[in-house]
Amino acid sequence: MIGRDELVRRFAGLNAAELSRWIENRWIVPEQGAESDGERWLFHEVDVARVELILDMRREFAVDDEAMSLVLGLLDQVYSLRRQMRRLCDALERQPPEVREAIRRALPPVKGAP
Amino acid sequence: MATETPYEVLGVKPNATADEIRKAYRKLAKQFHPDLNPGKPAAEARFKAVSAAHDILSDSEKRARYDRGEIDESGAERQRYSYRPHAEGAQGRKYQPEGETDIGDLDDLFEMFGRGAARGGGRRGARRGEGFSMPGPDRHYSLTIDFVTAATGGKQRLALSPNEWLDVTIPPGIEDGQVLRLKGKGGPGFGGGPQGAPPGDALIEVHIAPHPFFRRDGDDIHLELPVSLAEAVLGARVPVPTVTGTVTMTIPKGSDTGTRLRLRGRGIRRRRQGREVSGDQYVTLKVVIGASNDPELAKFLEDWGKRHPTDPRRGMFEGTAQGAAA
Repeated sequence: MIGRDELVRRFAGLNAAELSRWIENRWIVPEQGAESDGERWLFHEVDVARVELILDMRREFAVDDEAMSLVLGLLDQVYSLRRQMRRLCDALERQPPEVREAIRRALPPVKGAP
Repeated sequence: MATETPYEVLGVKPNATADEIRKAYRKLAKQFHPDLNPGKPAAEARFKAVSAAHDILSDSEKRARYDRGEIDESGAERQRYSYRPHAEGAQGRKYQPEGETDIGDLDDLFEMFGRGAARGGGRRGARRGEGFSMPGPDRHYSLTIDFVTAATGGKQRLALSPNEWLDVTIPPGIEDGQVLRLKGKGGPGFGGGPQGAPPGDALIEVHIAPHPFFRRDGDDIHLELPVSLAEAVLGARVPVPTVTGTVTMTIPKGSDTGTRLRLRGRGIRRRRQGREVSGDQYVTLKVVIGASNDPELAKFLEDWGKRHPTDPRRGMFEGTAQGAAA
């Protein structure tokens, strides 16, 4: 977990004003830090990785602010679904073999698959 | 401990030109050069940092790589923060779009794909826990009943589990291998709100144990009845077991082994298409002498046999069906 200054320092393409805007847009949701620490925001690893993702998309794919909101929204949906799939997979994995086999047989075949 | 960026080390802005960087470097290099600062380790460390910063920023390619976050202040490859493992982990939950739920139980999943009211009576927008319902599974049992119960019907107790019993009503005339379906006696249903989804059914395959002397042919009962020589020859009234109890039957005078008598309506009685129908019981006599060593009988038959020569095996050798029936 790192503070805002450390985060801005870590990414050369990022400045504090920009980061504040991202937080306002809720692209990045840091943890509220204790004021006494002088750190208003605390960033977890997931936030740091997300900052890098946003920087990459801007630099490499020229995604502007408006498109960024859309892209992040879609990405968040995908990852939300993937998290749910993972939960379901975990649950399936814990089932006895006959239950897994029954589910496997109940899965409809994919049309057009080789 | 925060690490200084090469820009901070050189005291230039991130958008500094190559010229500005070179000037800043020269100034600092002179200031901290070890030869100009003998015996001052702090200055020496500073000089190294300045050199490293300059090394990166003076090379346009390295500087670009640093700006992209590919290398760190020392010029080493920086570990990339791949977003996916974080996003898919528990930490990623906070970026979950509003209105998207975690799969707490299967209800949420079925709701997500609009399967909520699939079998739950067509309720839409059902509350949590009511959305999905499924009737319970059928359960299969096997039950062996005795011959008479199968013929007349009755109740038979079936153990569902070591401490759960079910009284099964057996309809009259049930066939071997027939399956009885007991509605609602299977596994419990899932979900379905306060009244619950209906349970499954119990499917009971019935087997009929053979009887020592009754035999079945559809709705008719067959029985081989032993009679004595005297009863067969002279006729008699004898008790006969039937599936519904003992009845008295008249053996006609002059009967023999193989004589078949019918007890009307003493077979299987049941309702078929709303009408009561019943089979019959067929009694085939079997003469049992039972006194083969009796000297009186032997004496009598010596005289009688000479005067009444018969051959019960005649038909077997002549290939005709005559004779045996005589």
